[in-house]
Amino acid sequence: MDILGKLTLQSIPYDNPILMFAGAIMIGTAIAVLAGVTYFGKWKYLYTEWLTTVDHKKIGVMYLIIAFIFLLRGFIDALMMRAQQAFASGGSEGYLPPHHFAELFTGHGTMMIFFMGMPFLIGLMNIAVPTQIGARDVAFPYLNAVSLWLTASAGMLVMASLIIGSFSDAGWTGYAPYSGISANPGVGVDYWIWALQISGIGTTITGINFFVTIMRERAPGMKFMRMPLFTWTTLCTNILMVLAFPALTVVLALLTFDRYLGMHFFTSDGGGNQMMFINMFWVWGHPEVYILILPAFGVFSEVAATFSNKRLFGYVSMVGATMVIALLSFTVWVHHFFTMAQDPLRNSIFAIATMVIGVPTGVKIYDWIFTMYRGRVRFNLPMLWLIGFIITFTIGGMTGVMLAIPGIDFKMHNSEFLVAHFHNVLIPGMLFGLFAGYHYWFPKAFGFRLDEKWGRRSFWGWLIGFYVAFMPLYVLGLMGMPRRMVSYADPAWQPFLIVAAFGALIVLFGVVSMAIQLIVSVRNREQLRDITGDPWNGRTLDWATSSPPAHYNFAVIPTVEDIDAFTDMKERGVAYRRPDKYEDIEMPRSTPAALVIGALSFFLGFALIWHIWWLAAVTGVGIIVTVIVRGCNDNTWYTIPAEEVERTENEWFRQLEKAGVV
Amino acid sequence: MSHAAEGASVHTASSPNTMVNFGFWVYLMSDVIIFSMLFTMFVTVQSHYNGGPQGHQIFELRDVFLETMALLFSSITFGLAMLNLHAEKKNGVLLWLAITFLFGATFVGLEVREFLNLVHHGAGPDTSAFLSAFFTLVGTHGTHVTFGLIWIAVMFGQVAVKGISPKVGSRLFRLSLFWHFLDIVWIVVFSTVYLAGVVQ
Ligand code: HEM
Ligand SMILES: [Cu+2]
Repeated sequence: MDILGKLTLQSIPYDNPILMFAGAIMIGTAIAVLAGVTYFGKWKYLYTEWLTTVDHKKIGVMYLIIAFIFLLRGFIDALMMRAQQAFASGGSEGYLPPHHFAELFTGHGTMMIFFMGMPFLIGLMNIAVPTQIGARDVAFPYLNAVSLWLTASAGMLVMASLIIGSFSDAGWTGYAPYSGISANPGVGVDYWIWALQISGIGTTITGINFFVTIMRERAPGMKFMRMPLFTWTTLCTNILMVLAFPALTVVLALLTFDRYLGMHFFTSDGGGNQMMFINMFWVWGHPEVYILILPAFGVFSEVAATFSNKRLFGYVSMVGATMVIALLSFTVWVHHFFTMAQDPLRNSIFAIATMVIGVPTGVKIYDWIFTMYRGRVRFNLPMLWLIGFIITFTIGGMTGVMLAIPGIDFKMHNSEFLVAHFHNVLIPGMLFGLFAGYHYWFPKAFGFRLDEKWGRRSFWGWLIGFYVAFMPLYVLGLMGMPRRMVSYADPAWQPFLIVAAFGALIVLFGVVSMAIQLIVSVRNREQLRDITGDPWNGRTLDWATSSPPAHYNFAVIPTVEDIDAFTDMKERGVAYRRPDKYEDIEMPRSTPAALVIGALSFFLGFALIWHIWWLAAVTGVGIIVTVIVRGCNDNTWYTIPAEEVERTENEWFRQLEKAGVV
Repeated sequence: MSHAAEGASVHTASSPNTMVNFGFWVYLMSDVIIFSMLFTMFVTVQSHYNGGPQGHQIFELRDVFLETMALLFSSITFGLAMLNLHAEKKNGVLLWLAITFLFGATFVGLEVREFLNLVHHGAGPDTSAFLSAFFTLVGTHGTHVTFGLIWIAVMFGQVAVKGISPKVGSRLFRLSLFWHFLDIVWIVVFSTVYLAGVVQ
């Protein structure tokens, strides 16, 4: 069976009923979706309108779909871990073997960060940023599609690992030498490597793309200090992506060489240096947490201003704080390994740098609170997530400052206290922000709002569930429980773990409510319809378009004269102005090239994981050829004639008239 | 018709100010990070010989000198190709692209020979951390040059078939950025890896 490399029938885990069940559900869902598309005859529509599109709005929606799929998968993993730890006390082994438990925490961490968090925030960026800056698309629409399909194909690799072979058990950080070939000869680590490598390259391309978009595609009059805050945080996030993700690329590549070519970068023998793995990983890893959290901060700024009917308090300090955070994020990575034998001076420097980040973050918190102060606050769903965030995130921030003290970190490192801390910042800080953005921009992307009742249920499920699930972990950390334990001897821990499991069930209620919310909203979409394109009395240009926006976003590129550009236009009575005459609009053409590159990358990754060299060669050459063929194409734009633009705009203005806006 | 991203005339299209060219420059910055990480790795383990050979025992400065010359000259010849582009002289562009390709291919050929020699003499990348880092750093640069060669070949074809147009000019400009960038990286490789290794 040489032709299939290391792949044999034994690679499929028949003997593991849990995996087989999960695999059956996954394949069943996939078949159901494919059958549905076939039954309704939608293949052509799917292909021309979605799979080959380069439209940032649709690409954004597809990113969100990826994010929600992986939110579910990551969350199921979390439930399984919670169930295991609730039972596996004082001699009981629980229901999971150690290897499977290790795969769960590795998979959970990897998926939540790379395949839930990243696609979610990139999806929101896609949906909101071009319209916020008054552009018709991103700078490089085709590359945008390439990024999407690379992310999707990397996600498919993670999915494939469920039923073909296994996923890594080396933790989401994959520290060497445990992730090296001698300790970990299976394919698990290779799945982890190639999934991260492929999606990481996609992310670097996204970073370049949006950086250039924001630098070059802003509407006339939108100076830097008039950019909406979400655009600002996106800009900083993208700078971090361009500068930090290559470090991940390198560290993964070097680990690959160790594993595939017998090199000695991080091995225990041959002169390797494991500290370099840890250093390089966190040179990427710490900026990464700000890549995740800054866009959420941007969402919160938009939400705070919009739902308080007030200009954002302290715009300049907010922008400054964002930039300071972005800069400092490169100066603190050592706090991830205070315990690894640097001298005290070095630890102190990084400890102080870490604590300093708390200052701009605090500035932001006060700015949001002062924005609400004396505002006419409307408690719609995005606002709820904002308030839940402010309170909860502050607690997580404070435990972070505690961990930043090396003396404390020596005790709490690798304990459940740390697990509690990072969930306490990531869930309110990142996830709540992304949820706020999801509720905020959903009407923009789809043309109708999300149901409030189920939205509130989901919010309370997440918020209460979060406290019940994670506060006990702080206590467990103080009691000395290490992280990543498949079972434990000390029965005193068990009650807290049972409470934590119960908390996870409350979160489950929140997750299910969110799914129900979507179904209910689709069913009631006529009542929830957003006719004007401005459902929240928005302040920025993204609300100046129809919902969903026309393919070209703006028939006439607006001119910006204020931070709250759209509010300013509404006040001056120049919003919804029609030009005397519409003009032709040039737009990028759809292309299958990005989809082809993504599909080939999946098979390339799969071939490399299983050492199927001929397939790796074929797909690798295929990718290069696709890039060249596409690169030689001079005909990548087409023109939307003025008459068609006029027709589309007329339709929207009829709606606006009906709604009494113009 | 051409989109504003690329510029309307050959001249504007091949200036650093267009959006695509700016974007490509940003990409090069991310590549700078890749090389800096590899340099850091190399410097950290450059004395981890693991009982294997050291730099001054294996580096052939004569070959490295030839490689350097080939690459430096290729940068000059690429510059001449760009001058011909601005003068809209198709044949001049083709000629100098071809010469650049030959210089580049010479560089890669010499490097491959060096690598094969080392492996043959038991100094392969699996010998020591030092050699792992050496092969990876130098090889990453060499791989970039190889992709540059493919790109030159493609652009040769485009100029031959399509002649000189703003789009072709725009692509040639990015290729030239890439090519000069690799030159600069090579200077750093040459000094930190070879010179420092021989002096030690
Ligand atoms: C409410 C939902 C969640 C629950 C119940 C949950 C639960 C858990 C549990 C039980 C662990 C293993 C702890 C241990 O090592 O003992 C864990 C680890 C982890 N979680 Fe979560 N989690 C949730 C959401 C998230 C989110 C939203 C993120 C990130 C965006 C995240 C990121 C991580 C990471 C990075 C790890 C570390 C994995 C490792 O040890 O390699 N989690 N989580
Ligand atoms: Cu950190």
